[in-house]
Amino acid sequence: MSGTVGAPVSRIEGLSKVTGEARYAADFPLAGLAHGWIVQSTIARGRVESVDAGAALQMPGVLAVVTATNAMRLQDVDDGELLVLQDQQVHYRGQTVALVVGDTLEQARAAADGLPVEYQAEPHDVLLSASHPRLFAPDHVNPNLPTDTLTGDVEAGLAGAAVTVDHTYSTPAEHNNPMEPHATTAFWDGDRLTVYDSNQGATRVHQALVRLFGLEDSAVRVVSEHVGGGFGSKGGARSQAVLAAMAARMLGRPIRVVLSRKQLFSLVGYRTPTIQRVRLGSDRGGRLVALDHQVVEQTSTVYEFAEQTAVFSRVMYATPNLSTSHRLVALDVPTPRWMRAPGEAPGSFAVESAMDELAEACGVDPIELRIRNEPVTEPEGGRPFSSRNLIACLREGASRFRWAERDPRPGTRRDGQWLMGTGVAASTYPARSAPSTASVSAQEDGSFIVRLTAADIGTGARTALTQVAADELQVPMDKVEVRIGDSDFGPAMIAGGSMGMASWGWVVVKACRQLIADIDRCGGVPDDGLVARADTADDIAAQADLVRHSFGAQFAEVRVDVDTGEIRVPRLLGVFAAGRIVNAKTARSQLIGGMTMGLSMALFEESLMDAEFGDYLNHDFAGYHIAANADVQRIDATWIDEEDDQLNPLGVKGIGEIGIVGTAAAIANAVYHATGQRQRHLPIRPDRVLSP
Amino acid sequence: MPERVATLSPIRLSVNGREYQLELDHRTTLLDALRENLDLTGSKKGCDHGQCGACTVMLDGRRANACLIFAVAAQTHDITTIEGVGAAGNLHPLQQAFIDHDGLQCGYCTPGQICSAVAMLAEVEAGWPSAVTPDVAAGPVDLDESETRERMSGNLCRCGAYVNIVAAIQDVVG
Repeated sequence: MSGTVGAPVSRIEGLSKVTGEARYAADFPLAGLAHGWIVQSTIARGRVESVDAGAALQMPGVLAVVTATNAMRLQDVDDGELLVLQDQQVHYRGQTVALVVGDTLEQARAAADGLPVEYQAEPHDVLLSASHPRLFAPDHVNPNLPTDTLTGDVEAGLAGAAVTVDHTYSTPAEHNNPMEPHATTAFWDGDRLTVYDSNQGATRVHQALVRLFGLEDSAVRVVSEHVGGGFGSKGGARSQAVLAAMAARMLGRPIRVVLSRKQLFSLVGYRTPTIQRVRLGSDRGGRLVALDHQVVEQTSTVYEFAEQTAVFSRVMYATPNLSTSHRLVALDVPTPRWMRAPGEAPGSFAVESAMDELAEACGVDPIELRIRNEPVTEPEGGRPFSSRNLIACLREGASRFRWAERDPRPGTRRDGQWLMGTGVAASTYPARSAPSTASVSAQEDGSFIVRLTAADIGTGARTALTQVAADELQVPMDKVEVRIGDSDFGPAMIAGGSMGMASWGWVVVKACRQLIADIDRCGGVPDDGLVARADTADDIAAQADLVRHSFGAQFAEVRVDVDTGEIRVPRLLGVFAAGRIVNAKTARSQLIGGMTMGLSMALFEESLMDAEFGDYLNHDFAGYHIAANADVQRIDATWIDEEDDQLNPLGVKGIGEIGIVGTAAAIANAVYHATGQRQRHLPIRPDRVLSP
Repeated sequence: MPERVATLSPIRLSVNGREYQLELDHRTTLLDALRENLDLTGSKKGCDHGQCGACTVMLDGRRANACLIFAVAAQTHDITTIEGVGAAGNLHPLQQAFIDHDGLQCGYCTPGQICSAVAMLAEVEAGWPSAVTPDVAAGPVDLDESETRERMSGNLCRCGAYVNIVAAIQDVVG
């Protein structure tokens, strides 16, 4: 039987999604359901003095006003954002200060809108700058990486370099904005809590609720069959799950809490703004002798999150002198967290822009420059790569994009009012795996059911895992049902860090092989079926100490309107080396999706901090533009064949994030090629084009 | 303080060819009426603001954001939601094309995208120009990729499925 892994299989839940049958966290009807609406602070720092619930409670249908004075006490966890309504402190504007519960959404919302809250305000500090007096070096950067690194002597290297580039690049705060706002429907059956929750991994939400409410593992079930995107913002439990569970307990009714689009800008995370100084030194041929990448970024006072922005520089280019650093300031702002390719997405913008500047300074083609700086081993640390095919991606992309025909001179191609240019950038993302568990059961009728707490947030994971299981069990896909998104199936990795398929695929393979061995031993499937369980914790702990990364090359063509500064992107091409691709159809979609978000990052996305009120002021889709259909033209993504037996039994590296890495730099470099003006600050707005 | 009284009204809605009699709060939007009262949860709430298009339904065949219409104001219209566009075994060609071309990832914007596309094709059929139509008086519209992108830009997709959404619609147009 020929395998299905690698084939372009249509996503299994496609039918339920195109017909509207797929139910997301806010789509479950429950008898007696009541609705909670969050009230947010209107100051950025201080204390809640009082909440006058009297009038609200007189409104018909209003069931409760939950505040810090009457909320259930929660057990401590390591994430202050989850300790909601536990004290009177206000750490940022938009923080939850009350939950109003009503019989209907309209009643809850009207009562919440009119709820009088008195504050004792203190002066707030919300603006990031590279000279902020409270900058500090965090203990580590996300997820658990060194804050600073140093190899060799960067200052000496730069002093002796024939060519140097020294510029500061910046990226703004960006908000994840999955189309499905975070939502939880919660109910208690005796002492057992069930939540329908929108997340990237039910395991983590389960663990958080168990700890917060002081429950046994078996007393909490998190169900998340369909999830409307996350992009990092649903990587762990968010406070709406806690509020829904708390209110359901307090009122003895099922409660639903759904965030509004506006509330997403305060309550679920975002990408920190970054200020990045990049210094490159090279010989006249562009061979690096020094690379220094210094990053300044923000966190909140509730939870320390340090984005690993400079890690991109630790793996990309060979240089004897390499330093990277991260400095953080804790501001009175909402907590920044993961957003698609944390670290690599903003870091690649700075470094890949700087490499383009170095290519220009040396008179070397930007692809050739990268080839000349290809390392043999990891530049920081010296460990071997399990596989590294950046050069193959650059060459394949150059051929497809017809790069050889490019005239390198900037600002020389014009079509009416449009200046035209092309640009390239490299990308990378770690290829990691995390322990997971799964079970596979053989049914009497010859079919199989796989159960694991994976999440399909639009990645196609459900379909890809079905392909993997079908191949392992040597049956057609329609003989395998993969059930995911239910914490009762046991702990598993989240859909995050591009680790989903590598982690889940591994454990599914292991469970299937175990089941086949069991069937062989039993001489067939017994009448009551057979179940095999697997856990990959030991396998992952036993992995060799290698650098495992995917790589890619991003190509962009732009047109820049000389009168308005408008930028159009007629063409994007991404070529990736990401190990084995399980589903050619959904993988292409995911890579294109990442590139689309990269285009959006390059040209549109920017959360603006209002210094006076201490809040991101453009908190809706009118003020915070994400790429719309008309902003996108031709985008194609492809990959090279890459076999790597040092990853996991499937040989997959993960593709959820690499699509966004490098896209913004490729576009910025194309804008330089078109206009002759370097764009070092995102997004590349029309005013920045017209007044560089 | 004046006494506040919840005001409920009897409301008749015609959805997907069925008549419904409801007693609803005046403040209930059509979107919330569909989702919370009729259990038609295919229509999604992405922004509740008329900015994302996830709640797109059709009123008398014309696309509209259900979050911007009070249910009381929708009583005179024939409402079509994604559940009325086509179901398993009887899919609309656009629904099948979205599956075939992978015009979706998380699927949350998908019902709105498809409702929007169904009505958009009718607009093209009726000869309505768009902002990118070269000559608004030239008669029949050629629904090329540029026209498709323009006309589908009221429906945001954060997963970035636009390329495949356009391919799906182009496939149906032929």
